[in-house]
Amino acid sequence: MRLSRPARVTLGVITAIILVVVYVPLFVVLVNSFSTSTSLTWPPPGFTFEWWVKAFQSAGALEAVLTSVQVAIISTIIALVLGTLISFALQRFAFFGREAISLLVILPIALPGIITGIALNNFFRTIMGVPLSIWTVVIAHATFCIVTVFNNVIARLRRQGTNLEEASADLGAGVWTTFRLVTFPQLRSALLAGGLLAFALSFDEIIVTTFTAGSGVTTLPIFILNNMFRPNQAPIVSVIAVVLVLVSIIPIYIAQKLSGPADQKR
Amino acid sequence: MTSASVESRPHRSAARAGSAFLTTHPRTRLALLLAAPLFWLVVVYIVALALLLVTAFWSVDSFTGEITTEFTLDNIITVVTGSLYQTVTVRTVGVALAVTIIDVLLALPIAYFMAKVASPRMQRVLVILVLTPLWASYLVKAYAWRSVLSQDGILEWLLAPFGGHTPGYGLPATIITLSYLWLPYVILPIYAGLERVPDSLLEASGDLGGKSWSTLRLVVFPLILPAIIAGTIFSFSLSLGDYITVNIVGGANQMLGNLVYTNVGAANNLPLASAIALIPIVIIFGYLFLVRRTGALDNL
Repeated sequence: MRLSRPARVTLGVITAIILVVVYVPLFVVLVNSFSTSTSLTWPPPGFTFEWWVKAFQSAGALEAVLTSVQVAIISTIIALVLGTLISFALQRFAFFGREAISLLVILPIALPGIITGIALNNFFRTIMGVPLSIWTVVIAHATFCIVTVFNNVIARLRRQGTNLEEASADLGAGVWTTFRLVTFPQLRSALLAGGLLAFALSFDEIIVTTFTAGSGVTTLPIFILNNMFRPNQAPIVSVIAVVLVLVSIIPIYIAQKLSGPADQKR
Repeated sequence: MTSASVESRPHRSAARAGSAFLTTHPRTRLALLLAAPLFWLVVVYIVALALLLVTAFWSVDSFTGEITTEFTLDNIITVVTGSLYQTVTVRTVGVALAVTIIDVLLALPIAYFMAKVASPRMQRVLVILVLTPLWASYLVKAYAWRSVLSQDGILEWLLAPFGGHTPGYGLPATIITLSYLWLPYVILPIYAGLERVPDSLLEASGDLGGKSWSTLRLVVFPLILPAIIAGTIFSFSLSLGDYITVNIVGGANQMLGNLVYTNVGAANNLPLASAIALIPIVIIFGYLFLVRRTGALDNL
């Protein structure tokens, strides 16, 4: 079957329209960050750099960025370790309960954030009697970040097989040496991709965060949410939004570079 | 000359011994690999979920605000019979269904174009274009739609000359924004599913006289159904638990998430909040159970 030319053109047009609609709102935010209006008026009555200057001088915003980076780094490290361990267990062994564990890894992301959020809130406060802090946020984030590392690493393990590791063992290398010199180098880009995803996921998360953050903990999403409805702060939120979109291009670029060679092999 | 064959004794360090032990004991290897992640996921997540279920059967002392750990069905009865909860549940499921249907309808043509029509170079560009908004912050996107849909926003400006108006903030705005937020999550699994459909199958269908439409319906659709369902799991489940988007663009409307949030925060009634949270849990597990046999879970 080959689609007729009109059908292909129609598909292309639909695709183009959807993509335009996807990008217009982001473009509006970009323009609004320079607008003199504080109430999201379109077209902007005038243009100013005031919000950009204010945003970069805002102590609250800066502190929120630092908090978010801290949380994201620690959660990513935990997720990298746990996600890698579990991918090896599930990919290299067949055992009873394997399916259940693989579902268990997906569950924190398959269930709505609000359920993870309230379950952990209830667990920390009511059951354990632990006050909410930045650490409760880290524990929550690490839990749902495991799956991104898991997905990347297990896909890589599946593809690379065990031939090289067996060769290494036949040549006399022990388990550790084989991991260090053979397995790990092959996993490196999968770990980087999974880690980047985990970092982005944590950096952006708002729902679970509002349920697990102590009163003094303000991550960037919490900061944005708190300031979005204040008329004087709204343009600053637009500036942060634009910066976030620009910054997010870096991980996409790296992820593309990483997946490049694999795509060419196909 | 005699070559003295010296047997080099293997270096027996602790690491070497450990390595040898692990090589001959695969079960131990498995146990070591699983111990930490399982401990984390079970203790932090499964126990927390189970205790959420238990907490739903507790109550709050209205005087002290402390939680009483005596078994009571009051919260469950309140949630099941209360008209507020019924209304909000129906509204939330309705929004989640609408979002899911819209997303699948939008994702099918764009995923098909990406996988089967576009040139390899174009395909790469499209994947990046679809992925980029995925990386943009959730809040940024919701906020962007708040700007677009506002009373004197760009949509009003675009539609006014034709006599149209922005829907403003409300349920339609919530459905639009949620569809926008989860669209890439639906496109990607469907695109991946279409990529796995070999072109030879499509050609075979064509050679056997299958028209485009019948090929799509009888060959392509059954093959990508698990991928479509995988996409719907994302959009449905993420919409069901959302309460931030409805805060930002939903006007005064509440979804289940808002009720949970209010009861955790302002009302400080965790048992009631837990009971309300059971509603989306039951719905989602019901959905996962229904689609389990289609193999959709392997496409996540």
